[in-house]
Amino acid sequence: MSKKYETVIGLEVHVQLSTESKIFCGCSTEFGKEPNVNTCPVCLGLPGTLPVLNKKVVDYAILAGQALNCDIAEYSKFDRKNYFYPDLPKAYQISQFDLPIAEDGNIEIETEEGIFNIGVHRVHLEEDAGKLIHEGSIDKSKGSLVDYNRTGVPLIEIVSEADMRSPAQARAYLTEIKLIMEYLDISDCNMEEGSLRCDANISLRPYGQEEFGTKAELKNMNSFSAVEKGLEYEVKRQREILEDGGRIVQETRTWDENLNKTISMRGKEEAHDYRYFPEPDLVPLEIDEAWKSKMREQLPELPRKKYKRFISEFGLPEYDAEVITGSREMAEFFERVLKDYDDPKNLSNWMMGEFLRLLNENNHNPFESGVSPEALAQMLIMIDEEIISGKIAKKVFEIMYNSGRNPEKIVKEEGLKQISDEDELENIVDNIIAENPDAVEDIKNGKDRAIGFLVGQVMKETRGKANPGMVNNMLRNKLMD
Amino acid sequence: MIDKKDVEYAANLAQLKLDEEEKELYTEQIGKIIDYVDKLSELDTDNVVPTAYTVPMKNVLREDKVEDSLPREKSLANAPDKKDGHFRAPKIMSD
Repeated sequence: MSKKYETVIGLEVHVQLSTESKIFCGCSTEFGKEPNVNTCPVCLGLPGTLPVLNKKVVDYAILAGQALNCDIAEYSKFDRKNYFYPDLPKAYQISQFDLPIAEDGNIEIETEEGIFNIGVHRVHLEEDAGKLIHEGSIDKSKGSLVDYNRTGVPLIEIVSEADMRSPAQARAYLTEIKLIMEYLDISDCNMEEGSLRCDANISLRPYGQEEFGTKAELKNMNSFSAVEKGLEYEVKRQREILEDGGRIVQETRTWDENLNKTISMRGKEEAHDYRYFPEPDLVPLEIDEAWKSKMREQLPELPRKKYKRFISEFGLPEYDAEVITGSREMAEFFERVLKDYDDPKNLSNWMMGEFLRLLNENNHNPFESGVSPEALAQMLIMIDEEIISGKIAKKVFEIMYNSGRNPEKIVKEEGLKQISDEDELENIVDNIIAENPDAVEDIKNGKDRAIGFLVGQVMKETRGKANPGMVNNMLRNKLMD
Repeated sequence: MIDKKDVEYAANLAQLKLDEEEKELYTEQIGKIIDYVDKLSELDTDNVVPTAYTVPMKNVLREDKVEDSLPREKSLANAPDKKDGHFRAPKIMSD
C-alpha cells in the first residue's frame, strides 16, 4: 500500500433518542407500527399547528453532550432547514444551525494502532424524517409510498472533527459513540432499525500537507463493517485517481453492499442551499447551571473509564476488560457477582466463555437470563471449594441459565456433586488401570502424557463428577516413581 | 441589490417556474422590499445583542407523554393520492 497519502475522515452520526413521544408532539415513537398511525397535525405539518419541545429530549441531549465532554450551550435555538423531499411533510426540517445544544468535545478511542483522541465538533437536536418506499428502484419508480410514523422522532446529530486517519479509527469511533449512548441509556442504537445512522466525509492529502483534500460524502452504510468497508473502498478509489494525476470530484456517494463499492449520486440530487432561518414557532432554550448539574449527577461511569478501572482495580487483561465493558449490562452484572465472589479473572473467564455463548445464542443480556449474579457467585464458589468440577459446572450453569434454579439445588437434585471420597475414587481408578494396560505400559516407559488419558477415562466413567486433582495424584502414586 | 440571477436561483430552490416577464417583475419588486428592509441597517445596533425572537419567552416544554394520534383515515383524508395506508408521492427523480 502506498504511503504517500494521508486519509482524513470525519463522521456525522445520527442517534434516535428513545423517548416515548416525538420531539414536538405527543405521537408515539414506537417502531414497526402500521404506516401513518403515529401521526397528528403537528408532525404532518398541517397549517396552524405549533410544535412544543419534549423536555426529555433536552435532558438526553445534555447527557450526550456531557458524556462527549462538550460544553453545553447556555442559550440554544432551533432553525428551519429547507428542502423539498417527500419524506419531509413541512418541506423543512426543524434542526439547529448556529447555536447547537453542545459543542467542542472529544472522546478517546483505541485501535490496534494505538490510542487516539477524536474531537466532537458539535451535537445538535433535530427531528427525524419519514420513510419512503419507492415503487421499484428510486430512479425508475413512478411513485413513492410515504410513511410519516418516523417523522418527528427525536434525533441528535453528533458531528466529529476531521480527526480520524483510517477506516479502522472511524469504526472504533462509531463503536465508542454507540457504547456511550448505550451506557447513557438514551437510545437503542440499532443500526438495522435505523436508530443509529452514520455518514462519513473522507478525503486524502499528501503527508505533510496542512490543507484538506477534496472530500466525498459517503452515505448508506448500515452496519459497522459497512462503514469500514465503504471507507476502505473510498481510500483506494481516491488514491488511484490521485496517483494517476486526476482530481477528486466533491460529491455524495452511496455504499452499495451488494456490489461492494461506492457509487456516485451525482446528478441524482439537487444542489443544496438549505436557507436556514430561526424557527419562529419555537422559543429559545436556556440551560442554566442547575439543569446542567442535575443532568451531570445522572451520568453513569462511562465505558472507557470503566474499562480502565476494570484493568487497574480487578487486574483484568485488556481483552477481558474490553469484552466485559463492551456492554453496560455485562459490566454491571460482573460487578454484582464480585460482591459475593473475589476472583475477577475466574469470573471473567466464565462470563466470556459459557455465559456469553448462551447469551449470544438466545439474544439476551445477562439480566434476561435465568442466572442471577448471586447464583453465579455461588456456583463459582462451589467450583473453588471442589464441590463440583469445572466440567460439571458447565452443565449446572446451562440448567441455571434455562430454569433460573439455584446451583446448590441443581447439584443436589441431579446428583452432580464431585466425587472426592478417597475409597470410592480408588475403586474407580483401579478399574480404569485394569482396563487400560497399554496406557499403563506407556506411563511405565516414561510417557507421562498417558496419565492425561487415564484421568479422562475416570472422568468419563464418573460422567465428569470425579475430582480431577485427586484422580491425577492417585494415578501418579500408583503408576509412577 | 438583487438581479435576475438571484430571482432565478431562489425560484429554482422554491421549485417555481417563472416566465421572463415574471422574472423582471419579481426582480424589481423583491429589490424594492430588500431596499425597504435595508433601512433597518441605518439603526446603530452596536450595543444590541442579536436575537431571533421578539417575545420574551424561553423553555416552553412538554413532558414526554404519549397522546392520541389522529385516526389514519383522518391523516390521509386530504392526500391527493394514497395507497395501502401510505401517502403516495409522484416520481422523485427527474429523468
